[in-house]
Amino acid sequence: MTVTDTARESVESAVEQGPLFSHLNPPPSYDLADHPVPTGREEIWRFTPLKRLLGILDGDASDAHLTWDTTLPDGVTLTEITAEQAREIGELAPNDRPSALAAAHAGSAMLLDVPAEAEIAEPIVLRLHGDSVDDLVWGRLLVRVGRHAQATVAVVHTGSARYSAITTVLAGDASTVNVLSLQDWDDDAVHLGRDAIQVGRDATVKHTSISFGGDLVRMHANVEYAGPGGSAELLGLYFADEGQHLEHRLFADHTAPKTKSHVLYKGALQGQGAHTVWIGNVLIRKVAEGIETYEENRNLVLSDGCQADSVPNLEIETGEIEGAGHASATARFDDEQLFYLRSRGVSEKESRRLVVHGFFNDLIRKVGIPSIEAQLLETVEAELAKNVLREAD
Amino acid sequence: MSELVIKDLQVSVDTEDGPKEILKGVTLTIKDGETHAIMGPNGSGKSTLAYSIAGHPKYTITGGTVTLDGDDVLAMTVDERARAGLFLAMQYPVEVPGVSVSNFLRTAKTALDGEAPKLRTWVKDVNAALEQLNLDPTFGTRSVNEGFSGGEKKRHEIAQLELLNPKVAILDETDSGLDIDALKVVSEGVNRFRAQEGKGVLLITHYTRILRYIEPDFVHVFVDGKVAESGGAELAEELEANGYEKYLSAAV
Repeated sequence: MTVTDTARESVESAVEQGPLFSHLNPPPSYDLADHPVPTGREEIWRFTPLKRLLGILDGDASDAHLTWDTTLPDGVTLTEITAEQAREIGELAPNDRPSALAAAHAGSAMLLDVPAEAEIAEPIVLRLHGDSVDDLVWGRLLVRVGRHAQATVAVVHTGSARYSAITTVLAGDASTVNVLSLQDWDDDAVHLGRDAIQVGRDATVKHTSISFGGDLVRMHANVEYAGPGGSAELLGLYFADEGQHLEHRLFADHTAPKTKSHVLYKGALQGQGAHTVWIGNVLIRKVAEGIETYEENRNLVLSDGCQADSVPNLEIETGEIEGAGHASATARFDDEQLFYLRSRGVSEKESRRLVVHGFFNDLIRKVGIPSIEAQLLETVEAELAKNVLREAD
Repeated sequence: MSELVIKDLQVSVDTEDGPKEILKGVTLTIKDGETHAIMGPNGSGKSTLAYSIAGHPKYTITGGTVTLDGDDVLAMTVDERARAGLFLAMQYPVEVPGVSVSNFLRTAKTALDGEAPKLRTWVKDVNAALEQLNLDPTFGTRSVNEGFSGGEKKRHEIAQLELLNPKVAILDETDSGLDIDALKVVSEGVNRFRAQEGKGVLLITHYTRILRYIEPDFVHVFVDGKVAESGGAELAEELEANGYEKYLSAAV
């Protein structure tokens, strides 16, 4: 792949250091020529069934849009801005073709603004609903949280669409930001999403990606640091049913010293052809001394015929770090856990239910948005009712 | 009444080199109100005995019988054995992330009784059991065994013993890794359990120390997959003085 000048500039301006090529994360660029239509053999596309993207990869501009229903607490504004304004504000450039297309075709962008020092206790909720998979929709969103501000933002996707979105979260210095993206689509939806987060100096950011619905969902969660002392927690939860493809790609780019990234994604699979992909990547740049990182992915396989791909990566350019590690495990039920529960008289079926609940509860209680947590517990219960609870009858 | 009868029990595990025989004919009867201590060196098969009776899938029963009040334990599933009245306090209790202790205890109690316990008395019972074992009331909100210290894991096992109140308790090296204070607390819990009418205890240990706090009615020396010698509490004193040497040399 050729690295063009545009791409180089964009990387340099973003991090003020030399260009760096990560094979899992091609340099960001707005230029569509930098993101050719993939053949499926590329490293970043090899897990994704391209045909099921239903033409998104060479899609045209479109007037179709999702219906937005928003809860905006006092002090928060949501406005439409131009593409130029989006770039001026500091949008993080697209890092793959779908996000580049979204930037090119969305026309305008939406800016969610939380002013400096505002402490917004109530969650900001953006409910995005699609009417039909026939609609090709491009999305472009910026979330800007000012310095020392605190905010929680939940973006909830329902209904159906072919949706490709580029989202940027700019967490100001010493801000505390909690962002959640929930993919609760109907069965036929296709969603390609790129969330990129810039963590300000001493800022604390949590990002959670939760995918239940959709035929094909492929989400990026990328994080980089605008200064030292920033901390990012990237959480994810997914539940793939028969025929579903749910893909999550993580990139923690340690562009500043004394920064932290902690990644934990948990998934369950059930039914023929359920496929999940988790690609974790952490890049520790030369400048990023004294950082700490940990990435972990756990998959629970609940039936035959499922496939869970899980690839943690770590690229290290400096050894002067506090800690770096990763873990990945894909397993069926843990026999020892089941034995322990059953030895207390709990039936096999009930034991399985407890173990799966526990597997997810552990993560759900970290989400930090009570109303969403309750909804997630219900969804997990409904998913389990389809298979696990039935299987052991 | 309760009576656990183990007759000529033979058990093997699968290894890379094929099945390996661990228990070579164990015969033991634990009657109402009796506490039996099984003592033996590492690798003698003590834990295998405990896990085989509880029904761990790793072990294959190749011969013999186990009955509880005449019912065939070996024909039961793991959870049926528990519902029949068996309880195994494990040496290495398993972590179940995301499942709170209180949810776990309530689920187990419900499974054993066939109905949910009365909420008000149950909460009181749980708090009392935890307190008696020096476990903080917030313990109930923690995930089962996750992040517990060694001592907390063992005290949690004994809290379960008291709350679930089986007929026969098998304690697999419950004393290992405990400091003296924790050992006393755990022993008191076991003693409260066995002070009730008709309870049996099979106490498996490597050390004689716990037997100062839980006095056994019978002591069995376990070597190479079977009982090498049986006696009263005085046998433990002899082992304390002389160790397992004479049994090991005899077995070779």
